[in-house]
Amino acid sequence: MGVLIGPETRLLCQGMTGRMGTFHCERMIAYGTRLVGGVRPGKGGKRHLGLPVFDSVAEGAAATGANVSAIFVPPDNAAAAMIEAIEANVPLVVCVTERVPVLDMVRVRHALKGSRTRLIGPNSQGLLAPGSCKIGVMPSIHERPGRIGIVSRSASLTSEVVEQTSRLRLGQSTTVGVGGDPVHGLGFAACLELFLADPGTDGIILIGEIGGVEEEEAADFLRSARPKKPVVGFVAGRHAPRRRRMGHAGTINIFGRGDAEGKIEALRQANVFIAPDAASIGETMRGALTS
Amino acid sequence: MNIHEFQAKAILADYGVPLPRGGVADSPEAAAALAEEIGGWRWALKAQVLAGDRGPAGGVRFAASPQEAREAAAALIGFRLVTAQTGPEGYVVRQVRVEEAIEHDRSIYVAVLVDRSSGHVALIGARSGGEDIEARAARDPSLIVKVEADPVNGFSVADLHGFAARLALEGRLAQDAAALFARLYEAFIALDASLIEINPLAITDQRALVALDVKMSFDDNALFRHPDIADLRDPAESDPVELEALRHEMNYVKLDGDIGLVVNGAGLGLATLDMLIDAGGRAANFMDIRPEATSRQIGEGFSLLLANPRVKVVLVNVYGGGVLPCDTVADGISMALKQTRSKTPIVFRAAGSNADLARGRLRNYGIPFVPAADMAEAVRLAVEIGRKEAA
Repeated sequence: MGVLIGPETRLLCQGMTGRMGTFHCERMIAYGTRLVGGVRPGKGGKRHLGLPVFDSVAEGAAATGANVSAIFVPPDNAAAAMIEAIEANVPLVVCVTERVPVLDMVRVRHALKGSRTRLIGPNSQGLLAPGSCKIGVMPSIHERPGRIGIVSRSASLTSEVVEQTSRLRLGQSTTVGVGGDPVHGLGFAACLELFLADPGTDGIILIGEIGGVEEEEAADFLRSARPKKPVVGFVAGRHAPRRRRMGHAGTINIFGRGDAEGKIEALRQANVFIAPDAASIGETMRGALTS
Repeated sequence: MNIHEFQAKAILADYGVPLPRGGVADSPEAAAALAEEIGGWRWALKAQVLAGDRGPAGGVRFAASPQEAREAAAALIGFRLVTAQTGPEGYVVRQVRVEEAIEHDRSIYVAVLVDRSSGHVALIGARSGGEDIEARAARDPSLIVKVEADPVNGFSVADLHGFAARLALEGRLAQDAAALFARLYEAFIALDASLIEINPLAITDQRALVALDVKMSFDDNALFRHPDIADLRDPAESDPVELEALRHEMNYVKLDGDIGLVVNGAGLGLATLDMLIDAGGRAANFMDIRPEATSRQIGEGFSLLLANPRVKVVLVNVYGGGVLPCDTVADGISMALKQTRSKTPIVFRAAGSNADLARGRLRNYGIPFVPAADMAEAVRLAVEIGRKEAA
C-alpha cells in the first residue's frame, strides 16, 4: 500500500530523450518502476532506452495505458508540459523541473481546476514507494518498505528522514516531495488526507520550512480531521537570518507571518508531535507510535 | 530581483500610472539642478536603496529651495542607511530621487502579488496608507482588503470598482483608482513581477491619485524572458561574494559568526543552522551547493568561504542525492584546499549517494578532516573545534 504510486503505476516520461530525462529514467527503470514510454514532440515513432517515444502525451497515454507522467523538461517549457498532461487526463503528474516562473504556475493551477489530474511539484524530488516504484531524482539507498508516510517541502531533509526511519526499522510507505516553489500542485493538507486514508500508513511525518502558509493550512486540516494516526512535524528555519525586505506586502498578516515559530505553534495546537531538530525526527516518530 | 524606486517609477510611468514629476541624481549639484528643472516650491529627496521603511530611518528629506535640495542630497549620498528592512549593515546611498513634494489629505495602500495559497494574482489594499501599515494590519486584520484575479480574464470592471469601494473611494476617484489598478495588474503580468507595491498612493486636494512611493520585485525564474528587466539589477547592492558564489551554482549568504557552513539543499541547510545555533555556535555563512554544481564550481565556492578570515572551522553537511553525489563535493573541497593551502579544520559529514567514496577520496588526496557520523555529531564537533580555535 502507500499513496499515489505503487506496483500498478505505469509511467510516461515527458522529456525522456533529454540529458536529465535519460539519466533519471535509466535509474527509475533499474529501480523497478514500470516506465512504459516517453514523450518528445517531433520524435514520435522513435525508440529510446528500449521504449516507444510519442509526439504527445495523449497519444502516449492511449498507446501505453500510462497513469502517471513524470516531467523532465526545461523551465521555459515546463508549464506547457504540465498543461498538456492535465488536458490528456493523466491522473497523476510529477514535475521535477526547477525554476519554473510563478505566473506560469498560476496558469497551470487554473488548468488543474475541474480536471481529474493531481499534480506534484514543480521543483519536487518526486515520489518513492520503497521496493516498488520510484518517480523522481531522489537517492534510493537507505529506504526500506515500511509504514511511515513522509510529506516534505525539502528534498535533502526527506533523504535524511528516510535514513532515520529506516535505521529505526520503521521504514516508509511512500515519500512525497510537494516541491519548494510558492505556487505548486498538491499541498501538505491534501497529502495528509491521502496518508490518513491509507491502511498501509501508521504514522505521518511532515517536513516544513519557513515561508508561505502551508504548514498552517495543514494544521487547520488536522484540527478538523482529528487523525487517529500520529503526525510528527518539523519546521526548518527557526534561526534563519532575516533577509532584506522590499515593502510590507509579504508580511501583512493575511498571508501569515511565514516564520517557524508561528508554524510550529499552529502544528502543536493540532496535536502534532514536534521534532526539536532535524536529527531527531525519526526518534520523535518512534516515540509518538508508542505513546 | 528588486529594483530601485526610480527604476520602478520609470516602468510604471510607461503604464500610465500617475507619479510626481522627478528624476534621479548622483550628486548634490545634480540634485539642485534637478529641483530647479522640475519646478515648484517644495521637493522630496529620497535615498535609493533596495529596502523599505526609509522614511523613519532618515532616508527621505524635504527641501524648500534648490539650495536645500543640494544640502539634503549631500546629507544622503555616500552615507549608510539602516532601515527596519535592511538588516544591521544597511546600504550606502549612491543616488537620490528628487521629485516634487505632493500635498495630500489622505493616502491609501495598494499592492499586487501572487497569493501562494490560492495560486491567484491578488490585489491587496488598505484605506489608509503609510509605513506603519504592517503594525496597523497586525492589530486589525480587517484593515486589509483583497480581491483575486481570474487566471484567464484578470480583473473585471466590477471587481475593481468593488475593490475601490472597499477602500472608501467614491465617484470619479473610484473610477480613476479602478483604472490605475488595472494598469498595475497589466504591468505585473506583462513583466513577470512578483510584487508591485504603492505606499502611499496619495489623494491630493484636487482629488487626483499620485503614486508617491513604488516598490517592484521580479520573479528571478522569469528573467530569461525579460532581458531589459534583468539589466536593471544593481550589482552594487549585492554582496560581491554572494554574486561570485552564484556564478558557481552556490547560494551564499554572509552571516556574522565563525563557523563556515556548507550544505546541499536549502531545507538541510536551514535545519543544520538551527542545530548549530541551538548548540551555541554561530555561522559565518550559509553556503548551499545547487545540484547542478560541478566539482570545479564547488571548489571555487569553497575557496570563497575559506577566504573569510573569520572562519575558524568549516562544517560540511551534505546528503548525496540522485543528481549531486557526495564524491563530487569531496573533489571540490580537495581542489580548494590544494589551491588555498588553508589549514582551517573541516568537519565532514556525508550521507546518501557515494558517501563512503567521498571520505575515501579526501583521505586519498591527503586532506585532513574530522569525520562525523551524523548531523548531531557534526554540529557538536564543529562548535567544539570552533571554540578551541577561537581560544
